[in-house]
Amino acid sequence: MHRTSTSSAWMRASEVERMNTVTLTVKKQPELYLECENVNPDVFAGKKADQIAKLGAFQGKEISTLGDFFTITGEAGATAADTKIVINGDCTKMKYIGAKMTAGEVVVNSACDMYTGSWMKGGKLTVNGDVHSFCGLALAGGEFTINGNAGNYLGAAYRGDWRGMSGGVLRVKGNAGSDVATFMTGGEMIIEGDVDIHLGTHMEGGKIVLKGNANRRVGGQMVKGEIYVFGKINVMMPGYKPVGEKEMEVDGTKATFVDYIGDLGERHPKRKGEVVYGHLYMKK
Amino acid sequence: MSEYIIKNGHVFDPTQGIKGDKKDIAVKDGKIVDKVGSSAKVIDASGKTVMAGALEVHAHVAGPKVNAGRWYRPEDKHFDSHKTAGITRIEGGKSIPTVFKTGYEYARLGFTFAMEAAMPPLYARHVHEEIHDTPIIDEAALPVFGNNWFILEYLKNHEVENTAAYIAWILRQTKGYGVKCVNPGGTEAWAWGLNCLTIHDPVPYFEITPAEIIKGLIEANEYLGLPHSMHLHQNDLGNPGNYKTTIDSLKLAEGIKATNNFGREQVLHSTHLQFHAYKGTNWGDFESGAKEVMDYVNKQKNLTIDTGNVTLDETTTMTADGPFEHHLHGLNHLKWFNVDVELETAAGIVPFIYDPNNAVFASQWAVGLEIALYAKDPMRCFITTDHPNAGPFTRYPRVYSWLMSKKVRDERLNSFKKADKVISATNLANMDREITLYELAAMTRAGPAKCLGLSKDYGGLKAGMNADIAIYNINPDKFPSTGPEIEKAFAQVAYLFKSGKICVEGGKVVDMGHKETFWVDAKVPENKQVMHDIKEKFLRYYSINENNYPVPESYAPHQHIISVDASQ
Repeated sequence: MHRTSTSSAWMRASEVERMNTVTLTVKKQPELYLECENVNPDVFAGKKADQIAKLGAFQGKEISTLGDFFTITGEAGATAADTKIVINGDCTKMKYIGAKMTAGEVVVNSACDMYTGSWMKGGKLTVNGDVHSFCGLALAGGEFTINGNAGNYLGAAYRGDWRGMSGGVLRVKGNAGSDVATFMTGGEMIIEGDVDIHLGTHMEGGKIVLKGNANRRVGGQMVKGEIYVFGKINVMMPGYKPVGEKEMEVDGTKATFVDYIGDLGERHPKRKGEVVYGHLYMKK
Repeated sequence: MSEYIIKNGHVFDPTQGIKGDKKDIAVKDGKIVDKVGSSAKVIDASGKTVMAGALEVHAHVAGPKVNAGRWYRPEDKHFDSHKTAGITRIEGGKSIPTVFKTGYEYARLGFTFAMEAAMPPLYARHVHEEIHDTPIIDEAALPVFGNNWFILEYLKNHEVENTAAYIAWILRQTKGYGVKCVNPGGTEAWAWGLNCLTIHDPVPYFEITPAEIIKGLIEANEYLGLPHSMHLHQNDLGNPGNYKTTIDSLKLAEGIKATNNFGREQVLHSTHLQFHAYKGTNWGDFESGAKEVMDYVNKQKNLTIDTGNVTLDETTTMTADGPFEHHLHGLNHLKWFNVDVELETAAGIVPFIYDPNNAVFASQWAVGLEIALYAKDPMRCFITTDHPNAGPFTRYPRVYSWLMSKKVRDERLNSFKKADKVISATNLANMDREITLYELAAMTRAGPAKCLGLSKDYGGLKAGMNADIAIYNINPDKFPSTGPEIEKAFAQVAYLFKSGKICVEGGKVVDMGHKETFWVDAKVPENKQVMHDIKEKFLRYYSINENNYPVPESYAPHQHIISVDASQ
């Protein structure tokens, strides 16, 4: 069901010729960090360049405008779905780009800071660079692609929260840090490189595909869901037990996987009389 | 200080029997007076409702447990932290607001007093630090006694005098206001991995029953003649079938008369009764027991209660009922906080989502409203949400809308996903009563003031009383008909006077007032036995020295001491 809904969102977003494009080019670097909560298609929708330039952006406790930091050209579509945002220039000190977006498209041709693409519900967000920690938090829908590396807490729940990534597709071409996909309940995350410790902690649904290696504690306290590991896990959690092998195609790769169930130290629900476990599939 | 005259408002004041008559209220030097000079500032209250400031009888608003909730739930304030223009600070948090937001929000709702419902004596300093930082409203805190080793040992032998001497000592050390009792014996049993689910379950090691604790604490409270009565959170909270334990607990007060100089008539206040009024044996055959419990309460003049209305929100449960919080964690698997407070008490915290699509939570919502609607005497039934346990106190306006309008209430009831189940398990659908503004003034002002022993200064608009006045944008002749309109009218007072000062105007906080911390200094005959026991327990068990135990005056610089003398 997830695949269908995200691919139809992708179809809408890819009809680029029908989308209006707004281009933001960084003209001044913030002294601290710039909170770009207003840089997303939902806020831009229906606005012209001069109106967008007047939108607020916090730097510390002071509020300035997007126009103070970006040269803005083009105009947004009538709705978020008809709006594409392209951001050029160095965004390493910009937070919250694309956060909470529900439709449309954002392309950032730079690295970004924290909270990029967090609480995203739909549309397409592409970062052509690295992202810092806490990006893609509690992703609920849409497609978030990072063509670089990601920091810690990628696609995790917000600090303290138990509601992590629940939908959408999050793809990282490079490596990710620790505590990735904590409290995941749905959706799909593909990490093409390696991760550090704590992958999929408290996971209760959804699917993680790790093409590289993991350090330690993969699937700690996992209740439900699937983690596929193509490479090696440095130290395996003690709460996992091999139950057989499976031939599968995972993100375009056909291979044999060893099926581990766990985390056996955690509670597990029953469905139709059968105990449901989390599955950790290790590529042979 | 300035003089004011509030003109032409519709006044509701149960202490004088005024039921919406147009009347002018004069204010001078922080008090309500008969008349003021011609230079007094005129507040036009025509077409508005004028009541005394409201009193919160039971809420968890200050102290270590509340703060633990704040630090372990950053997500509670993540999307809800904002700074508005003006003199207020950043306001953050929904179910566990910052101290500043707590003060502002109570004031905006028309409150001028709040009782912190559970103070662990050992951490009383923290409670007072937070109370001191909560602006505008006056506050007090009830130390918890129901699982305290001294109390368990004294009451095992029914030593009421020793119990009273120890209570008096604790009130002075902690700057406490009265006697709170949470899950008597059960929280101590929890330290042994057990609980007390009826009033006859013995507490391990101490070999005393909850019934003996409850009765003994009531007697000690009346021996001292404290302004407030014993304040009880009964055993077996939140479980189907618990209404019997509730009635058994309330029966312990039969035949005991209130002894005090504060006009208080009850000897037992039973709190968040909604959680204690369930029939059935499990959540499948659950039924409301509100009628049975309220039939008993209505007959017994020496009882008061508060409702504990479920507001159907995401919230944070927190109580000194440690075993109950563990039970909740087992139900929703969300993060669980638990702490043991040495010889005194314990606490637990679990976030909770009262999902209206769930038949159990929707039924709890109905039971809470039934409690208030079955109450025959609004002077003995007060509206609470056991903040934040059944919902945040900021939802009072919504609770009022459900109680004051059958239409609004039935719309909510009939739109539940499991409406049929809720309607068959409860009596709410058949209840036509609508709480009037006059009854609301009794349930939120005059009643709680009398119950807390504060009726001399609070809860009414008689000359000589505190000029704590809430003016709402409600014309009683054209009472709003929709839920959102009723909510809006109660959520933002037109004016709030605190001790004669305008602190809120048009829903906006304009003055931080001069809040006071109330505590009770009870004089008792010299008791060498109790003093010896205290010294011994500090030496043997406590992690701190006795000299570091009391709350210094600097922690409550604006204290208001109520003295009682039980030494004769």
